[in-house]
Amino acid sequence: MAVEPAIEVTQIALTLKEQLPILQIVVPFVAAPLIVFFGSRSLTWPITFAASAISLWISVALLLQVADGGFISYQIGGWAPPLGIEYRVDAANAYLLVLISAISTVILPYARKSVASEVARRHHTLFYACYLLCFTGLMGVVITGDAFNIFVFVEISSLSTYALIAAGAGRDKRALTAAYDYLIMGTIGATFFVIGIGFLYMATGTLNLADIAERIAEHGGNRTIHAAFAFIIVGMGLKAAIYPMHLWLPAAYTYAPSAVSAFLAATATKAAIYVILRFVFSVFQPDFAFQSLALEFILMPLAVLAMFAASFIAVFQSDLKRMLAYSSVAQIGYMVLGITLLTQTGVTATIVHLFNHGITKAALFMGAGALALRAGSSFYDRIQGMGRTMPLTSAAIVIAGLSLIGVPGTAGFISKFVLVEAALDKGWWLVALLVVFSSLLAVVYVWRVFETLYLNAPAAGTIRQEAPLSMLIPLWIMALATIYFGFDTQLTLGAARTAAEGLLAGTTGMLK
Amino acid sequence: MSWEFIVGHLPYWLFITLMMTGLYIVVAKGNYVKKIVGLNIFQTSVFMLYISIGKITGGTAPIFPLDLEVDPETVYSNPLPHVLILTAIVVGIATTALGLALIVRIREEYGSIEEDVILDIEYRLTQHENAVHGDAMGGRA
Repeated sequence: MAVEPAIEVTQIALTLKEQLPILQIVVPFVAAPLIVFFGSRSLTWPITFAASAISLWISVALLLQVADGGFISYQIGGWAPPLGIEYRVDAANAYLLVLISAISTVILPYARKSVASEVARRHHTLFYACYLLCFTGLMGVVITGDAFNIFVFVEISSLSTYALIAAGAGRDKRALTAAYDYLIMGTIGATFFVIGIGFLYMATGTLNLADIAERIAEHGGNRTIHAAFAFIIVGMGLKAAIYPMHLWLPAAYTYAPSAVSAFLAATATKAAIYVILRFVFSVFQPDFAFQSLALEFILMPLAVLAMFAASFIAVFQSDLKRMLAYSSVAQIGYMVLGITLLTQTGVTATIVHLFNHGITKAALFMGAGALALRAGSSFYDRIQGMGRTMPLTSAAIVIAGLSLIGVPGTAGFISKFVLVEAALDKGWWLVALLVVFSSLLAVVYVWRVFETLYLNAPAAGTIRQEAPLSMLIPLWIMALATIYFGFDTQLTLGAARTAAEGLLAGTTGMLK
Repeated sequence: MSWEFIVGHLPYWLFITLMMTGLYIVVAKGNYVKKIVGLNIFQTSVFMLYISIGKITGGTAPIFPLDLEVDPETVYSNPLPHVLILTAIVVGIATTALGLALIVRIREEYGSIEEDVILDIEYRLTQHENAVHGDAMGGRA
């Protein structure tokens, strides 16, 4: 039974409200070349910020329209799907759209000072153009309902990400090799994904996700579809940095400019996880033995391994940004674990952790960048004692650190609680225990940061001054958000439940 | 495996061979430019896979006659995979261009485009950092 769309745009849409899904993409996409075209440094930042803020406004408007479980189908150029490209907004991706655009809009005021100190002035226009393209790509990956369109948007965001990471070369030349390594692995991942799409097209003759799902549901799986599943999971797994495929991530996040690390850590891997969610639950049927076996016996152990191995490596780092990068790999493990449970609570845990980890990691990377602004780098021996010289920045880092551990009263607690609940529901009490134990490792690495910041004397030769207000305010918005969403779960958990319901039951009009 | 099976799947054998060749070059070669070449071969194999999907036995080029009077007997090949691959080729060119640009910058900074030389320089940088900033795991682990 297909669910009727909330708003069906059959002819060329006339009102602004009907055009929102496409404007979501077009606004930042057009703003990027405009920046380069004007070439004026004074206009660059305002245009970037305006584009991001407009996108945020649109995504909130979209979320409000689909919050009750309906969906919006937008046909590009008036060509009806499955032949035309369709943008399909439901609770799951509207939620992600809000996350990505909100984080971008909060990070941009922070980026102004941070980028000015880390990237050469003459590169600023191009830097912000790349930033907007990356933002467009991520939004596009999430909003589109067309399989090949996902690939195109993945590549738009990836190519601009490589350039953004390489922009850190002014401070450390290893940013270049980090970007190069990511380019090689990212391209292999995206190409694997496109092979998977090719196999799906072979088997079903369509590229529209809803249409593919319908045909798989009708005709069942065969070996081509299984191969497609494997290629898509591996390809997107590379993009999402699922444990053994995470090798590009630590170097990339360490050497990229701080604002870029904050933005990517909070959004890029999340968009890839969303694609995996969408394919596993909406396109392929998770109850197919092949898929559930692959998830249970391959991805689940890897997720658990990520939680421990990456956390363990994070404990021994001596650079705050690199430590945060490894912790990201571990946190992605929790999200993948939620997927492999194949239950509604599990998917809810994944989606809510996407959001909570996004704001937590954004706050931590912004804090690391603010410390690096004054200390010259984010090595522990450079930032030690900063609790005294930069009390506001340090306090925000500690709050976000508590959320990373999952202390009650913070956003991180909510997602881990739901994850443990989901594991127990399924009777996997050992997995639930492992989640709790791996959180203890997080206690260790967050404690090391606390110790460095508060229990040591400040290092010689650092500037003893609080970070500028334009960096502090975004940092504190994120830090306070981690506390706020630890108490008010209506917005995050409620939306995640609706989204998970939609993914599993097929709000997308796919399966029933 | 019958003879028909082998001959009938010729594009796929080519696709697999090219794909493996490309991936092998990316993994095994230490020269950064050669890695990009390998990546290109790998991507080209996927283009071939897509284009072969579009072929329909006995099908002709999917172009309508000028008078638009289509003979219902005519079988047309599927043009959609070709269109998709046009997009993918553009993406491939952008990737190659960006990769080569990065290599130019790497050569400026490191004075080499050989992986072992660069890894060696980075290893020494990390050793130095560990000596200065405290003994801890670092590097590209």
